[in-house]
Amino acid sequence: MRNDYELFTADTKAFIYGEQLRAAQRMLDFDYLCRRGEPSVAALITPERGGFEKLFWGTKEIRIPRMTSLAEAAAHFPEADVLVNFASQRSAYDVTVQALDIPTIRTIAVIAEGIPERQSRRMAALAKEKGKWIIGPATVGGVKAGCFKIGNAAGTMENIREAKLYRPGSVGFVSVSGGLSNEAYNIVARATDGLNEGIAIGGDAYPGSTLLDHLLRFERNPAIKLLVCLGEVGGTKEYEIAEAVKEGRITKPLVMWVTGTCAKVLPGQVQFGHAGARADTAAETADAKNAALREAGVIVPRSFDDYHLKIEETYQRLVNEGTIVPAPEVTPPNIPLDYAQARAEGLVRRPTHFISTICDERGDVHNYCGVPIDRVIEEEYGIGGVIGLLWFKKDIPPYAREFIEMVIQIIADHGPAVSGAHNTIVAARAGKDLISSLVSGILTIGPRFGGAVNGAAEHFLYGLRNKLAPREFVDEMKRRNVRIQGIGHRLHSLENPDARVELMKAFAREHFRATPLLDYALAVEAVTIQKKGNLILNVDGCIGVLLVDLLTELKFTDAEIDEMIRAGLFNAFFVLGRSIGLIGHYFDQVRLEQDLYRHPLDDILYDVPPAPETVG
Amino acid sequence: MAQRGIREYDAKRMLARAIGEYSGGKFRIDDRLVLVTPETDLATVEADHPWLAKERLVVKPDQLFGKRGKNKLILLNADLAAAKAWIAARMGKEVTIEGAGGTTTGILTHFLIEPFVPHDAEYYLAFTSSRDVDTIHFSPKGGVDIESVWDTVVSIDVPVLADQMQVRVLPELPDIPHRETVAEFIQVLYRIYVDYHFTYLEFNPLAFFRGRLIPLDTVAKLDDTAAFQCAEKWGEITFPRPFGKAMTKEEAYVESLDAKTGASLKLTLLNPDGRVWLLVAGGGASVIYADTVVDLGFGGELANYGEYSGDPSTELTYEYTKTLLDLMTRVPDPQGRPKYLLIGGGIANFTDVAKTFTGIIQALEEYKDRLQKNHVKIYVRRGGPNYKEGLENMRRLGERIGVPLEVYGPETHMTRIVSLALEEAQR
Repeated sequence: MRNDYELFTADTKAFIYGEQLRAAQRMLDFDYLCRRGEPSVAALITPERGGFEKLFWGTKEIRIPRMTSLAEAAAHFPEADVLVNFASQRSAYDVTVQALDIPTIRTIAVIAEGIPERQSRRMAALAKEKGKWIIGPATVGGVKAGCFKIGNAAGTMENIREAKLYRPGSVGFVSVSGGLSNEAYNIVARATDGLNEGIAIGGDAYPGSTLLDHLLRFERNPAIKLLVCLGEVGGTKEYEIAEAVKEGRITKPLVMWVTGTCAKVLPGQVQFGHAGARADTAAETADAKNAALREAGVIVPRSFDDYHLKIEETYQRLVNEGTIVPAPEVTPPNIPLDYAQARAEGLVRRPTHFISTICDERGDVHNYCGVPIDRVIEEEYGIGGVIGLLWFKKDIPPYAREFIEMVIQIIADHGPAVSGAHNTIVAARAGKDLISSLVSGILTIGPRFGGAVNGAAEHFLYGLRNKLAPREFVDEMKRRNVRIQGIGHRLHSLENPDARVELMKAFAREHFRATPLLDYALAVEAVTIQKKGNLILNVDGCIGVLLVDLLTELKFTDAEIDEMIRAGLFNAFFVLGRSIGLIGHYFDQVRLEQDLYRHPLDDILYDVPPAPETVG
Repeated sequence: MAQRGIREYDAKRMLARAIGEYSGGKFRIDDRLVLVTPETDLATVEADHPWLAKERLVVKPDQLFGKRGKNKLILLNADLAAAKAWIAARMGKEVTIEGAGGTTTGILTHFLIEPFVPHDAEYYLAFTSSRDVDTIHFSPKGGVDIESVWDTVVSIDVPVLADQMQVRVLPELPDIPHRETVAEFIQVLYRIYVDYHFTYLEFNPLAFFRGRLIPLDTVAKLDDTAAFQCAEKWGEITFPRPFGKAMTKEEAYVESLDAKTGASLKLTLLNPDGRVWLLVAGGGASVIYADTVVDLGFGGELANYGEYSGDPSTELTYEYTKTLLDLMTRVPDPQGRPKYLLIGGGIANFTDVAKTFTGIIQALEEYKDRLQKNHVKIYVRRGGPNYKEGLENMRRLGERIGVPLEVYGPETHMTRIVSLALEEAQR
């Protein structure tokens, strides 16, 4: 059983409420630095998920359980009696009230700022009723040197090391402000044999425990010989300290200063950073409080500038009197640097495993190939411009953007009968979700479905690059028994041209500087239509050759164009455009509540042999 | 922040809306209120509020200061034309108010117009909060300085964990007419006080007329941290600055920077001719630096109070520093004495000191000539992550811009640079 004045020992186990892995790691690092046998964090409480979290214990990784509720955590770890409550301003009260109801939890540090005063007052009253401790709200917490650290208290490991917090000294320190606690620990470390315990009660008007509450606790703790306190303008709690000193409830030497003496030269009623830091009456001013404390026998410096000197003087007196035997020095173990920190300080390097050259999401605004997304919108890059940035890494001119969008619009759908749409429809009707149905359609895209674009580009490029006259090209393909891709249409012919092809041709002639591959393909068409009127350059062929011409426009070399084709550029346009249609088919089927598709038996030729061939 | 004063207009508007619901329709508070601001078109104000033309009116400034009667800033029982003329004569004018804490000078910008109510009795009613209890204060003698009749005030403490529905005021009330009605009215208002997160609510007087209780002068504070729970209840609410000196252009600029970011940037100009200027990181440390200047007897030379904290970006610290340096170096000291810039702070928890110094260094570099002309001496003290690099950068800056600059780290007491500067100033 621990003494009632002792909130934390070297065996203290705590829960952390909230997604606070860095705070948890800092607590573990502190534990390790103090050579604690076991980590102080029993579990993280994160309502969103359970399981485990990996954290470091020195150089080793250990598992810390995650629990989804306080009750569950308390049932698993009845030995944990501290809750570090990182819940937000909105929910910190509910979490605290819950924790106050759990018998095994005794001390709750409430970190959130901006908890309504009425809630803070209720928390404080409930804690008092149940004989429990609340530290905060609006605090970084506190530290028990050599034993336990609340969350992020005491700052970096470097601070902790410099202020010798890895082993207990003789000083009990309590302040309002958490922001100044590092400074205070530094002062104490330089002026004395070090801190025993330091608490920041938080800057709100109604902290769950007061400066006096902690001073009285320190008074009862025989390991603490010297009390140091930093108060603040506003409120009247410091008078209770003066009373306690007068009444002999505090007998240990107390060095104390109340900040905010400058309020008298500031205009009107100044509200300093803390909610509680405002003097509403003369009694709440820092000057009045310092005077009352001095009068009660507290050691009050002339100004903060002498604060450390008073602490040092008093400490030396206690050493001379034999009250304090200075705590022996110990050497704490090393805490390995975190990789992130070491990297920030330029101490380590490591080869990366990934590289990205098309976008960067680390800045304020994500960028596409160096163009911030807000500019993409403002300057109307459109889908075509974005494809230019992310696929080609080029800021392409408006006509190129427009052409790409034209291609996507034309490719978007070809009706429900083609294999992609058919597959999507069948999958949708089998009750599969959007992604499965879409993927089922997309997976048919390849050499046969949608492949004509790719094939046409390759075929005509072959002819053009090898300087084959159109008739030679047609003859060679015939000799090799290869059907020229991109030529021929079911309905359209020379007399009845495909409007889509005409539109693309007209657009390219108007905007492209040159269209060598289109010209070549049309020269080939002039040969093939002599054979049959419908052997025209079709829509796939036209897209294929014009995309190659576009790449040439965009200053891609022949080698780069070949690389893009090999990488599947044409399929990329097809997948992107056709997905629009496939998604449409999926929604269509879902809205129509279409049932599972079963192919009619009379549409299948059944030709099963009476028995399989027997082998072996 | 937490407890913030609100306009009488907003307090009455909220109470008028709430009281029907909280009393089951038994009580009513008049919701005929008009807040006149510099943007209000006085010529047509009755178009939106036709009652203005029909009622006798009361007009008074609504800017978080009391004792308006004593300061002759209330117009009683007037018609609309007189009310308009009275406001027009005062809008935008500077007045000096005598209050409990001395005098305050400021500009009149907001006026409240209400119907004038004849009445029989004037009570005093207030709700206050402290750590363990809320207190209901009542006196049958309202409408006067309540401190002068404090012995007539009954105070009822309600523990913070008590059930508000069980609060009974009646047994505590003195013998007054319609005692039961008054008690019930108080109980209903108390429930609103709690639910609406008021931290202070005072009616002096609370008038009684033909069976109705009418709040006349009302003072209220809300706990602004409860906004997330009370947005619906409060309606559209603003928390005006306390009455007093308008912000300077520079203070307003820093406030606008502060509003843009999660970090904190504060500036209050105390004495532009002062020779001691503070550029301090952290809310707690900044108070202590200002304290120390005052405590060492240089309060008269303290030019500003301010702080930056919460890891502001380089751009914001740059803008903040520039604003300060501009104020500091406008006119050299008439006697040619040096000025002191204290770039101070405690030991940061997690803020990268070198990084936050970047913006400060940029601004100092830019103001090099003006710093020299004004004989500025700079003292730096800071600790925390990466402080060595930050301090080294400062030291090099001093050499580069030819401005005397002393640099100290955590081995030196936090406010030592204050005494160093002031010792040098005394020589």
